[in-house]
Amino acid sequence: MKITIIGGGIVGALLAYELSRYAVDLVVIEKKHDFGLGVTKANSAIVHGGYDDPPGSLRAELCYKGNQLYEKLAESLGIPLKRIGSFVVARDTPEEMEKLSELLKRGEKNGVDGIEIVEKPFLEKHEPHLSKEYKYALHCTHTGITEPWTVALAALEAAEKAGAELLRGDGVIGGEVSKGNVRSLELESGRIIETDLVINAAGLYYHEVANSFGVSTPQVYLRKGQYVLLDHKASTMVNSVIFPLPSEKGKGKLVVPTVDGGVVLGPTSENMPDFTPEDVSTTLEGIKEVIEAGNELIPNIARPNWIVKSFAGLRPETQEKDFFIENSNTLKNFVTVGAIRSPGLTAAPAIARYVIEEILEQRMSLDLGRQKADQVRTLKSFRVNESDLKEIAARVKDDEKYGRIICQCNQVSEAEIIEAIRKGARSIDGIKFRTRAGFGRCQGGFCTWKIAKILSRELNIPLSEVRVNEEGTVLFDGKVRV
Amino acid sequence: MIQQLKTGVLVIGGGAAGMAAALSASRAGVEVTLLEREEKTGGVLNQCIHHGFGLQFYRQELTGPEFAYRLQNEMAQHSVKIISESYVRHIDTKNKYVEVISPEGVFTIQAKAIVLATGARERPFGALQIPGDRPAGIYVAGLAQRMVNLENTLPGKRALILGSGDIGLIMARRLTLEGMEVLGVVERLPYAGGLTRNVVQCLEDYDIPLYLSHTVVEVRGRRRLERVLVSEVDDNFKPINGTQKWFDIDTLVLSAGLIPQVEDLGENLEIDAINKGFAVSNTCETSVTGIFAAGNNVAVFDLVDYVAAEGWIAGQNAAQTVQDKKRTSKRIPLIRGKNVGILVPSYITPEEHLRVYLRLRKPMDKGTVVLKELNIEKPFQYGVPSEMINFVVNRDKLQELKKPVRIEVVE
Repeated sequence: MKITIIGGGIVGALLAYELSRYAVDLVVIEKKHDFGLGVTKANSAIVHGGYDDPPGSLRAELCYKGNQLYEKLAESLGIPLKRIGSFVVARDTPEEMEKLSELLKRGEKNGVDGIEIVEKPFLEKHEPHLSKEYKYALHCTHTGITEPWTVALAALEAAEKAGAELLRGDGVIGGEVSKGNVRSLELESGRIIETDLVINAAGLYYHEVANSFGVSTPQVYLRKGQYVLLDHKASTMVNSVIFPLPSEKGKGKLVVPTVDGGVVLGPTSENMPDFTPEDVSTTLEGIKEVIEAGNELIPNIARPNWIVKSFAGLRPETQEKDFFIENSNTLKNFVTVGAIRSPGLTAAPAIARYVIEEILEQRMSLDLGRQKADQVRTLKSFRVNESDLKEIAARVKDDEKYGRIICQCNQVSEAEIIEAIRKGARSIDGIKFRTRAGFGRCQGGFCTWKIAKILSRELNIPLSEVRVNEEGTVLFDGKVRV
Repeated sequence: MIQQLKTGVLVIGGGAAGMAAALSASRAGVEVTLLEREEKTGGVLNQCIHHGFGLQFYRQELTGPEFAYRLQNEMAQHSVKIISESYVRHIDTKNKYVEVISPEGVFTIQAKAIVLATGARERPFGALQIPGDRPAGIYVAGLAQRMVNLENTLPGKRALILGSGDIGLIMARRLTLEGMEVLGVVERLPYAGGLTRNVVQCLEDYDIPLYLSHTVVEVRGRRRLERVLVSEVDDNFKPINGTQKWFDIDTLVLSAGLIPQVEDLGENLEIDAINKGFAVSNTCETSVTGIFAAGNNVAVFDLVDYVAAEGWIAGQNAAQTVQDKKRTSKRIPLIRGKNVGILVPSYITPEEHLRVYLRLRKPMDKGTVVLKELNIEKPFQYGVPSEMINFVVNRDKLQELKKPVRIEVVE
């Protein structure tokens, strides 16, 4: 059986990874130039506790399960996972206290262990820089942080090793349907992919893709979240993920340590009037809102000198406010995994299992063959930054490029950049998301030209063709003199 | 496999300050090792192919590469050991011990004194909090300069420069000379950030408009940069309604300030709150004995000549530390008074001449620098923040000094 997954974000990637352990042929199609650069790229990067989602929803069912599955994923794929815990903080007022106990009850209903309400001394001990206004908090020990795009890239790499075919920079524009089955997909490049089953995991575009095959799915609208990234110095002021009390608009604006030692503030939660899936622009008000909210939780954390950058991401929202994971009534071999809004990153590993077990095997009675045992796959790249001096010395002895540090802020060597290119990086962003080069406090001021030259050399293209990300994002115009 | 090295003075950074420090320490007869992160020393001088350097340090007008070449040449003659393409991974300031990664191998170096000459970095686009899209085509000026002058590569066709620091002014001229159309330089302050001579020689001579009290408030372009919105701003840098204007450009060059590189070089080193660099005395010593700092990681200087001169002093004093020459580590605070912005040094050690470098907080038609405790008054005319006021107080005047000295500028 040949299964085609549309979308190479974290959902498509983990589906591919899980399916690659069955006796099926797999194709993953990503329309952007690289994987994991849509919804996956710009979110809070939290492996949520699972206490917050409405009991009975698919979100609630899959969030806590997903959280627990991350452990194994980290081991098998070598992805970063830090269980730093979280606090939902409340002031000493009857309304806020009531909201906090509601949250605890909701968590218990969702079957979540490891949550409790803690008081000020405990809070102060764990988060000494937290605003003194907060007297109580819901503490969740298993809340974690990860690097979403790394999860997607590692999962796809593992799937590829197991035989999956990965296509990118090529979107689905149509297909051939006969007798209630999709027979083939047509791509922008003109390529035709024959298929036995289509899984639509197209992120913001799931509704468009489903529509184009006459499959009805809940209407999508976009919600924008703006973020501010702070310098590593800010991480001295926060140890866990800090949430305000949740509201109608979502989990609120947070303070989140990142796995590589920075801190992210945000997001805003703005419903977009139109379907503009490429518009990830920021606004003055949004940036200001995020900074103020961060300072309200942890006074003085968002100091002007610590602000590295601002960015924004979009989520697919629906009226139902829940994931939409269904096989189609009209097409026999079409499954949509859509509306993957928060906590989609956390739920993603559980979503993959749910699609396989609930949808494909149970509802559609498909025989995927026997699941092969999960292997620990040694995919993790060597990082100078995370290695001790002896290990680095041994590497440098074999290959001097491990000793040539290109990104000084994040300590990334030339060898790591070359390996990223070998693993599929084709752009400055491709390198950045795979190695963290250019992600630091100078934001590539010192290393962009070096990375551009390495790309030019390794891909055998002129400097004027080196791109930041998608087609048209060239860095340089041409030569000064011929 | 980890090689263990020993040296007298270890200099970290091979720009103007580091090269001068290595040279003076070496001339004092001490073994010197210099760590340089690029393939060759010189720092930003290598890409500053324009002239205007060296008038004070060499009493001759030189280009950047010529200035660097002189120091490189002298270092070679004085057998300074240079480890190029090296990266300092860890530094133990108390024990003068560093861990270094380089293509040649991994080293630990035990030094007797260390000179930090790590320079400054450019403030990146992200830190400016300009809303809008995130397209390709936005460069810090140093990156654009590197590409044009050393990599034979032009960034684009139509450019705007944001910020009127010296490198931005220089790049306005360079990009014009190399065939790009430069639509202007936008500065949010009511006066230029760079030297007056650069405003004249780089903008006025080429009819490039300078938009004072203006800034970029929005950036548009999904792929490559397409246009930016420029607005006039009030005294608090708030955009003034009705003054906005779009500029169609594919290139935005940022010259929005330099930040001393003090990170990851030892948490116990005191930082000057205004300079944002290492708080040093006039011997260039930091708050940790035997650790010196000089150049743009102390404060952002206006002239490379000053940077080299300070590096030279840092190297001399580091050498004396190695030679166990009797030195006091007395540090008497030099305190900022009215109208004083950037100020070097932060402390006075009476054994060394006091070289004062200060930047005014605002332009002044005339004024007087006053150091009451030392009975010093230095009148001046037409002072601007972009040009440092610099003078020397002889150490003979410092001998009786016990209490902090206040320095202020009166109108």
